[in-house]
Formats: sequence, C-alpha cells, structure tokens
Amino acid sequence: MQKSLIRIPNPPHILSSAAVVGQKEAEGPLGAAFDLHSADDRFGMDTWEKAESEMQRIAFGVMLKKAGLREENVDAIFAGDLLNQCTGSSFGLLDYRIPYFGLYGACSTMAESMTLAALTVGYGIFGVTAAVCSSHFCSAERQFRFPIEYGGQRPPTAQWTVTGAGAALLSAEGVGPYVTEVLPGISVEKGISDANNMGAAMAPAAVDTLTRYFAASGRKPDDFDAILTGDLGAEGHGITLDLMRTNGYDLSRVYQDCGLMIYSSSAQDVHAGGSGCGCSGSVICGPVMKRLRSGEWRDILFIGTGALMSPGSVRQGLPIAGIAHLVRITADPAEQKTGEGETV
Amino acid sequence: MNLDARTYQMYAKSRSKKSPVFVDCLCAFLAGGVICCIAECFYRVYLHLHIPENNVRILVPVTMIVTAALLTGIGVFDKIAKRAGAGTLVPITGFANAVVSPAIDSRAEGFILGVGARMFVIAGPVIVYGTLASVVWGVIYYFLHKGGIM
Repeated sequence: MQKSLIRIPNPPHILSSAAVVGQKEAEGPLGAAFDLHSADDRFGMDTWEKAESEMQRIAFGVMLKKAGLREENVDAIFAGDLLNQCTGSSFGLLDYRIPYFGLYGACSTMAESMTLAALTVGYGIFGVTAAVCSSHFCSAERQFRFPIEYGGQRPPTAQWTVTGAGAALLSAEGVGPYVTEVLPGISVEKGISDANNMGAAMAPAAVDTLTRYFAASGRKPDDFDAILTGDLGAEGHGITLDLMRTNGYDLSRVYQDCGLMIYSSSAQDVHAGGSGCGCSGSVICGPVMKRLRSGEWRDILFIGTGALMSPGSVRQGLPIAGIAHLVRITADPAEQKTGEGETV
Repeated sequence: MNLDARTYQMYAKSRSKKSPVFVDCLCAFLAGGVICCIAECFYRVYLHLHIPENNVRILVPVTMIVTAALLTGIGVFDKIAKRAGAGTLVPITGFANAVVSPAIDSRAEGFILGVGARMFVIAGPVIVYGTLASVVWGVIYYFLHKGGIM
C-alpha cells in the first residue's frame, strides 16, 4: 500500500511569512494583505529576471525580520521558480549563507517547498527551514510565450502569470499555524496539449490529490474552512468542482482558487485568472496566513498545482502533465489566545 | 477519477470559453482598414510633395514600419494589437512589431547573441516561407507565361 498521506509527527509552526507582489497584484482584491509591492515591476533592476530574484530576496528578508531570526538560524531553504534552471531562486537567495535546495514544481512550487520544509522539520532533520518561490509576469512571458511588447491576442482560457514572491519560515518551536499533514502529488496527464489552457491540464491532478486525501483521511470537504488550489483559474476551478462532484465530494461551499482570488475578473484584464509560482506563493504567504493567524480560518487545505511542461515540449506536441501537492495548515490556538507571533 | 483521456479532452474542450470570433474578425477588419487608410494618406501626401511615385511606393511601407517600431518601443503597439488582433498583425505593421519586440526584449543578452540572434525569432518563419512561396509562384508563373495563359 502506497503511503500517500503523511501526518507529521511533530507538526512544524509557520513562524512567519512574507508576500511581495507587483503593481497589478497590489491593485487586486487582496492588495492590502500583501507585505510589500513595487509600483515599478522591475523592482529597481535592469532585467525582468533580476526583478524576480529581487522579489525573492525581499520576501525572504521580510520573513526573517518578522520572525526576529537571522540567516544563521535557518538550516535550509527549499526554493523554486519558473525560470530555466531556477535562476530566479538561486540568484535571489545568493546573499544568504544558508544550505539551499532548488526545486522545480512549476506553479506547485509553494506547496512542494512547504511540503519538504515541513517534513524535514517535522521529522527532526532540521530545526528551521524556509519555503520560497516566485514568478514574474514579464520573465515568464519572455520564456514561455512571446516578447513583452509583441502585439498578440490571448484566448479566454489563458491565464496571467502573477508577479509575486512568497516566503514562509517553518520551525519546530514557536507559535504560528501548523503544517499538520501533507500529501505529495502524482503527475497526471490527460492529453491536454494547449498551453493556453493550463487550468484544464492541471485540474485532473488536483482532483486526483484531493480524492486521495479525502479517501485516506476520512474527512469531508466541509470539515475545512477553505480548500485552496494554487492557480487553476476559472477553467480549472470549474473542472475540479465538476469532477470532484462525480467522485462524490461536494466542494462548492469551501473551494476557492488563488488564481481567482488575486485578481478582479471584472476590473482586471486577466482572462481565466492568475497563474505562476508567485500566485499561490503570494496568496498563501500573505492573505491566507493572515486569516489563519487572526483565527478567521482554523483549518485549510492548500493544493499547489503545477503544469509540467517546457516551451520545447509544447512545440514538439507533447501533452502537459499536471501535478498537485497538498498541504494541510491548521491554526495555532496558542496564537489566538496570546496574540503572539508575527505582527505586521 | 476514472475519466479516460479522450473523454476528458472532449469534456475540457466543450466547457472551455471560446474566443469571440465574430467580434475579433470585425475588429481586425476595421483596424486593418484604418491602417491601410493611414498608409493611403501617406501615399497621397508624399505624391503631393512631388516625390516620384516609384520612391513613394517604398517610402510608404518604410513610414508604416518606422511608426509601428516606434509604437512598439514606447509600449503602445501591444495595447492596440490586443483589440485589433489580425488587423495589426497582417499588415506590415505586424511584421515590424514581430522584429522589434524580441529585439527590445533581448537587449540585456548582448547585441550579437541577444538582439541579433533573437530579432527574427517570430518574423523568421514569415521570411522563410514567404520567400519559398514566392519561388513556387515564380515557377508556376513561368510556365503559365510560356503557355500563353498569362
């Protein structure tokens, strides 16, 4: 029997988290809940790639500062982004002398890095770890689609890569929401090869992960305050609701998608919603953590979703596989009682 | 989930939001028409300035290319093209944008391997297959001409 659902024996606390976003994200419905934003999407840098790294550097710094820790207190960083060879993370975190693991989980990286950060702390390998990720609209556009100034049209199913970075600090001791369970995703490929419909490519993976989770845990969707997928957008959100219903789980009351939360679908021109590592990264590390710390939410499931492809694989006609890692985050009763923990 | 891949693809396709083809075509038609009218205006103005017609025929596309390149450079072209679609893409303005936009994008990678190499990433296929098509038509034309049809 495959050991899929992992109940972490000593659930690590999320001591602090930070979310840094671009101007468009700051203008969205969640704008006020992010830690920092830059009106200049270049973040003072001369290239988009450097701007993305700068976002990670800032997010990591703010996160450390909020926890009142220094780089020597952190035992390991698990970080990733969408750029070739994960240079967004490697350059962004170069300033910190901390053991570093570069990850590629496409847009699921926040959940993937949080899973590994939580497991290594929960099983006593490390004391304090950080999970970091980022994406930048312009660097992603350059790498995966067309030059920024290219005049083209996008189909309604296309998504908008979020300019944002998220960083979360996990520790065996302290106060803050716990990562209590994780369920690593399995790649699922259903033959979707349209890079402009990532929602449809990733949704089957989210459905697979959620179905496995409910079967293994015995819980029901309504046991949670929120079930959040990373960046399925309007298409993937609808598909997930549909397919989960066929599988016998009604998510309609609790299910939201970070890609739909971050932008206003009526006022901001983003087609099917947000995408990218920075989408779930900034939403989870910003607004969602705030709700968990305030006690508004007590128990949530976060399912980071990723589309496993490259521009080359799409050109060669290969289908896009999806992956979805699940992380269960539970509020810390001590935090609400004492009002301790991070202050913003 | 036991949905097989084929059923899923059909399901995903059937529920996905479609592009508004009629509106897109209408916008393209109007925008393309406006661009051609602007070019025609330049044509008339140049003739009015007593520039020989042979030169005007070259000067007009050059004007349109420079304008499109300029609009690309100041970040306006993509905003127009978003609505106009094929209306800006098909005329020579689209070609200019396709060359200038990757050139701007690749500045940081140097003038040789960046700007020089990446400039024709989008426009390259247009040049290759445009030239190839003209060669094929040239051969057909040769035989039609020889046979007295044209």
